[in-house]
Amino acid sequence: MLQLATLLFNSASMTQAASFAKSSVALAVTSLAHLSPLDIAVIAIYFAMVMWIGFYLKKRANTSEEFFMAGREMTAWIAGLSFVSANLGSLELMGWAGSAYQYGILAAHWYWIGAIPAMLFLGMVMMPFYYVSKTHSVPGYLKMRFGQGSSTVAAFSFAFMTILMSGVNMFSMALVMKVVLGWDITFSIVISSLAVAAYVALGGLRSAIFNEVLQFVLIWGGALLVPILGLIEAHGWTGLKAQIIHNFPTQDYLHMWKGIGHFSDNPMGVHWTGIVFGLGFVISFGYWTTDFLVVQRVLAANSLRSARMAPIIGSFFKMAVPFIVILPGLLALVVLHNPDGSLMHLVGEDVVSANPGAGLHSYNEVLPLMLVRYCSPGLLGLGITALIAGFMSGMAGNVSAFAAVWTYDIYQPLINKKASDQHYVAIGRWATILGVVVSIGAAYMVMNAKGIMDYVQALFSFFIAPLLGAILMGMFWKRATKAGGFWGLLIGTVTSISLFLWVHFDPSALRYVAFSPDAKAMAENMYRALWCFSITVAVTFVVSLGGKARPVGELSGLVYGATKLPKEEPVPFYKNEWYWAAIAVVAFVGLNIIFW
Amino acid sequence: MASEGQTDISIWFFIGVLLTIYGAMILVYGIWELVTGNLANVVLANLHAPVWWGAIMLALGIFYDVRFRPGKE
Repeated sequence: MLQLATLLFNSASMTQAASFAKSSVALAVTSLAHLSPLDIAVIAIYFAMVMWIGFYLKKRANTSEEFFMAGREMTAWIAGLSFVSANLGSLELMGWAGSAYQYGILAAHWYWIGAIPAMLFLGMVMMPFYYVSKTHSVPGYLKMRFGQGSSTVAAFSFAFMTILMSGVNMFSMALVMKVVLGWDITFSIVISSLAVAAYVALGGLRSAIFNEVLQFVLIWGGALLVPILGLIEAHGWTGLKAQIIHNFPTQDYLHMWKGIGHFSDNPMGVHWTGIVFGLGFVISFGYWTTDFLVVQRVLAANSLRSARMAPIIGSFFKMAVPFIVILPGLLALVVLHNPDGSLMHLVGEDVVSANPGAGLHSYNEVLPLMLVRYCSPGLLGLGITALIAGFMSGMAGNVSAFAAVWTYDIYQPLINKKASDQHYVAIGRWATILGVVVSIGAAYMVMNAKGIMDYVQALFSFFIAPLLGAILMGMFWKRATKAGGFWGLLIGTVTSISLFLWVHFDPSALRYVAFSPDAKAMAENMYRALWCFSITVAVTFVVSLGGKARPVGELSGLVYGATKLPKEEPVPFYKNEWYWAAIAVVAFVGLNIIFW
Repeated sequence: MASEGQTDISIWFFIGVLLTIYGAMILVYGIWELVTGNLANVVLANLHAPVWWGAIMLALGIFYDVRFRPGKE
């Protein structure tokens, strides 16, 4: 059940933390891997490189524009890789490899329909407004469009959610390091927090972005060998398919759309309507177009064209990620064997915890198991470094976004409106350190009250869907008013929390919230998101009709139809964003047809 | 470390440095494995992945080091 709930928000790597951390609690303390001195050296060099980058970039983080927005100097490639990398955390990699083992290629929906349309929509349709308005954050856009009230609601909810997620991420990393390597939890938390606090406080967003690009390269360098060697061992894709069918004749692990015409026809228990409308629209668009954690990376681009190209570049890499995540999960179905030669069967975390000492492994351990299977000294260190880098850049992403929202959207408008630029940079640096300290507190809170993990995922859904409703109404409807935006966002958020509490205290309410008493957690989350998105849109619409709209002249740069986009200089077709967006669409459709 | 006034170091150069170091370390280990015959206890060790994977990383690293070296226009 928890796994299913996790799947809903898996395109948001932050929330994947919840599932894996919770499952890891139950795992045996025997470590999966043993590092050689060469592996330790690989890890140590990574930390040295991270600190080098932080110290080097300190001189480039003197103004608020430099510290919070990386000077808006990032090329399309750097912004694009950082954009996709901010979402490519280690928990996501391990969690989705486990999901692929459990549910087959269906898991790739979260990388394709659950990401690509939203990324292209962000780049081609929404980015001009974010970029032309020169906003520094998503709450900042809301302030310009709907006023301080909406911005404050969004800023506080984002700051709270971000810092909690950072803590969960930190705790999860420590647990994974304990399970995979046998490291002490406090040791992992202290080392990673010090490193993240240092390089983000020193270099600001630029440092976070540089480390995300570094992490991206490390993840591919560390994880790509697994599917390559796995395919050699399984005698290619054809051999893999034949062995999966042979080993699991009653399960369909190899089709993405064929088995989701009915809830009962696929191992995940999903229906295509939920995948298309719930995942493909509300969840995906909410995350990829309004979550400041990812949008901040694109806002740092050096031109409108770069800002539009960045999500498109990211979409190609996002489409490729299943090769290093989903494929290892499928390969594990046929290549993992017990010492006696029988096929290894991974199980859920509940089974692992119920049978301590039985030598069982959970689904989430697929990727570490595959790394240990193929990677000799040095290569194993590289794989482990990729996981550590993923965790650390996830934390860095959270605290850099937190620092920007805290300084620009909470401190500046509500506490100190007229301070010098240097003062705001100093506040940003302190907010980074404070964010890490509070994250450590959140990590230990989660460690001591593990039930919190169950609610972290729901918490994420409380804010994202209403925010999507408010942003879309503000960006595409000139008539939307300040009051409409504020009440829509607030009532949408309250609705989401209320629906969650209703089902929590009265499970029979599921038949109203999710239209079926048999709905699973994933369906509940999807329908709750759809409900609060719809209510946000409806409230914004009704309240706006009863108020006076702002003059169109005031909406320039903020609203579709009221904005004259800057004319971009002509470029050859192969540098044009529409050309690459079209290729991305063709690739996206082609992949879905190939794996139909 | 560059000081004020010097040309900025590109992120790609940092990546090149890391790939070069990692590639060299892994390649050297792989060659040692190949020469001594002390293969690690992993599946498909006979394919000597550290040799070719390390070589690929090293080559990419050197390319990025040269292409994005500080001071290059």
